[in-house]
Amino acid sequence: MEKRVTFGKWTIGILFAVPQLILIFTFFYWPAGQAVYWSLTLQQPWGGGNIWVGLDNFRSILANADYWNSITASLVFAGVSTGLAMVIALVLATLTDRQLAGSRLYRVVLIWPYGIAAPALAMAFRFILAPEAGFMAAVNKFWPGFWDPGLNGADAMASVIIAFSWKYVGYNFIFFLAALQAIPRSLIEAAAMDGSGVVRRFRDIQFPLITPTIFFLLVINITESFQDSFGIVDIMTAGGPANATNLMVYKIYSDGFKGLDYSGAAAQSIILMLLIIALTIVQFRFIERRVHYR
Amino acid sequence: MIIVKRGLTALAAGALSTALAVPALAEPVKFDFWFGLSGDLARVVDTLCKNFNASQTDYEVVCTSQGNYDATLQNTIAAFRAGKQPTVVQVYDVGTATMMLSGAYKPADKLMEENGYKIDYSDYFPGIARYYATSKGEMLSFPFNSSTALMYWNKDAFAKIGKTEAPKTWEDVGADLKALKDAGYDCPMAINISGNESWQLMEQFSAIHNQPIATKNNGYDGLDARLEMNKTKFVQYVTDLKKWYDGGLIKIKSKDLGQDMVQAFATGTCQVIMTSVGDHGTVGKTQKEGMHWDVAELPVYAGTERKNSLVGGASLWVLSGKSDAEYKGAAAFLNFIHDPKTALFWSTNTGYIPVTKSGFEYMKSSGFYDKAPYKGREVAIESLTASEPTEITRGIRLGNFTQIRAEFGTQMQAIFANKVSVQDGVDALVKNGNAILDRFQQTYPNKTLP
Repeated sequence: MEKRVTFGKWTIGILFAVPQLILIFTFFYWPAGQAVYWSLTLQQPWGGGNIWVGLDNFRSILANADYWNSITASLVFAGVSTGLAMVIALVLATLTDRQLAGSRLYRVVLIWPYGIAAPALAMAFRFILAPEAGFMAAVNKFWPGFWDPGLNGADAMASVIIAFSWKYVGYNFIFFLAALQAIPRSLIEAAAMDGSGVVRRFRDIQFPLITPTIFFLLVINITESFQDSFGIVDIMTAGGPANATNLMVYKIYSDGFKGLDYSGAAAQSIILMLLIIALTIVQFRFIERRVHYR
Repeated sequence: MIIVKRGLTALAAGALSTALAVPALAEPVKFDFWFGLSGDLARVVDTLCKNFNASQTDYEVVCTSQGNYDATLQNTIAAFRAGKQPTVVQVYDVGTATMMLSGAYKPADKLMEENGYKIDYSDYFPGIARYYATSKGEMLSFPFNSSTALMYWNKDAFAKIGKTEAPKTWEDVGADLKALKDAGYDCPMAINISGNESWQLMEQFSAIHNQPIATKNNGYDGLDARLEMNKTKFVQYVTDLKKWYDGGLIKIKSKDLGQDMVQAFATGTCQVIMTSVGDHGTVGKTQKEGMHWDVAELPVYAGTERKNSLVGGASLWVLSGKSDAEYKGAAAFLNFIHDPKTALFWSTNTGYIPVTKSGFEYMKSSGFYDKAPYKGREVAIESLTASEPTEITRGIRLGNFTQIRAEFGTQMQAIFANKVSVQDGVDALVKNGNAILDRFQQTYPNKTLP
């Protein structure tokens, strides 16, 4: 006979769900609803009143070349930083998993970057990558004008990508290592006895078996690169030079809080939310098909 | 246990003493003052507040730093929407238009009148007063920390090229920078081109040359003002700066690159900078041992009749929705700040200039400007009072000017990175800036600037 654990009355179940529902409502649906309302009006910053403008805010944003530039920058940032952070983390995790000398130490040390707050990390990288004072000053000495994030948009973008990837390598590393260690040793040992080398074992056994983790990290990394990049951009480049690193999330902040254009910023955050939802749907629809869950 | 007992005793004693004290001596009325200065300057403000609290027993001002000007305005707006606003708040120069339309303030001149303080508004330097006054001349807020831009020049370097005076015209600047370069100086002049430098490079330049930044007298006469610096001498100025940058006469210095301009000047790396008189103290304190330097008014193009430069800094606004008692306190506080003695204290401990003629006279008569660390700061007053303010040099009254400044930085970066020509860059600044002004005007339909 099947054992069932259910509540006698449905009300008890609801009661248990209520705290969670209240939390979600207060911290997600309510503010999100407010943002939708603001995006359809023109809000006076001091609360003196607002005017219903329908979809005008969206129209003016989507007609703005700077905004499309900001979307492109965000996509480039998301693509490159996610790729870098995941590949580097996977290589490191695979090496650590092989129990090379010092792997216990790496296991601990590689997790730390994720624990550092974005602004502090950005501060450190701003110094490291400063063309006149930091590490890159030495490079510039041999190759004058090689590195100039102050005026060269590509250099500035590279700086924020490096800083962001560095942080997420630590995060991805934990998950990759856990996934690799969950693979039964016997599989790998059997392959080794059959004469396959390290690379072959990785390609045919380990990689297919950790695809669920790879997929999970892909979704998380892309989502976070749209949202968590704010602190790094704010400290390192403030969106410059010439808007080269003006990512969507940073533009929302500067338009909304510095420019006091609450309605425009609300409309932008709705667009950002829709974009992230769309990207996640695409990933689930097309990439998840290739994932093998055990 | 002992602690609890003590706590209870103290509580009881407290209750008793309050009960006894109320009829005899009223508790001072507390009110909040939020400001946007940090570090050393915040400590000076705290001392100012302590001095006010010690000077009388009726009121107690609670001063809280919000970190910077942007955050102060943001936090004040959030607090106001929640009905928890401070009584007095420091708002930076370019926030003036936003404040005037907010409907969230109590006019400063009315406040003082209602509470029986007589303020002689003609005592304010006109260049400072008109920046914050309405188009009709009413003072809605009180000028507080004020500065203006000056040219800092390295006397030792200029001596090497046979000069004993700072260049007065931009033509001379070009020649001198070239001579400095030929004399072996790697960085004759440093500038920065972020949004904040709009103040020195665009706003001060335009005022001194009597060139408009926007129509409708820089926005004083209506929300339908639009930018027009793409048709003024400003374009020529940017062209020259770019030419000098390309020729290696000007270097860009910013914190992101490793060293900001003030550091670059103080260490002797760069020989000329343009920055606020507020940095006068910093340069003096951090300069290379034995370096000789001085300040001068910003140069003009040859043949230009010099006008007054613009004030920068912030003013104090009194917000609406407070009790009469708090307003009484605020009025007393503003009156305290207005006092020439406070001006001396304030200017001595910061690099800011006095805002009233009487404050300036008082400081002059007390010998402030005669001796070494402060000598030279009177040039700022000369620059601010170079002429009676014209319709254009009163100031800038444009909505969301912070965003226009940011756009200035963006376009300057594009110009200096050779992405666009100077004219195209300034045209783009006007176009994008006007979009910001359009939006501001739409947000306040049927409203006019006072």
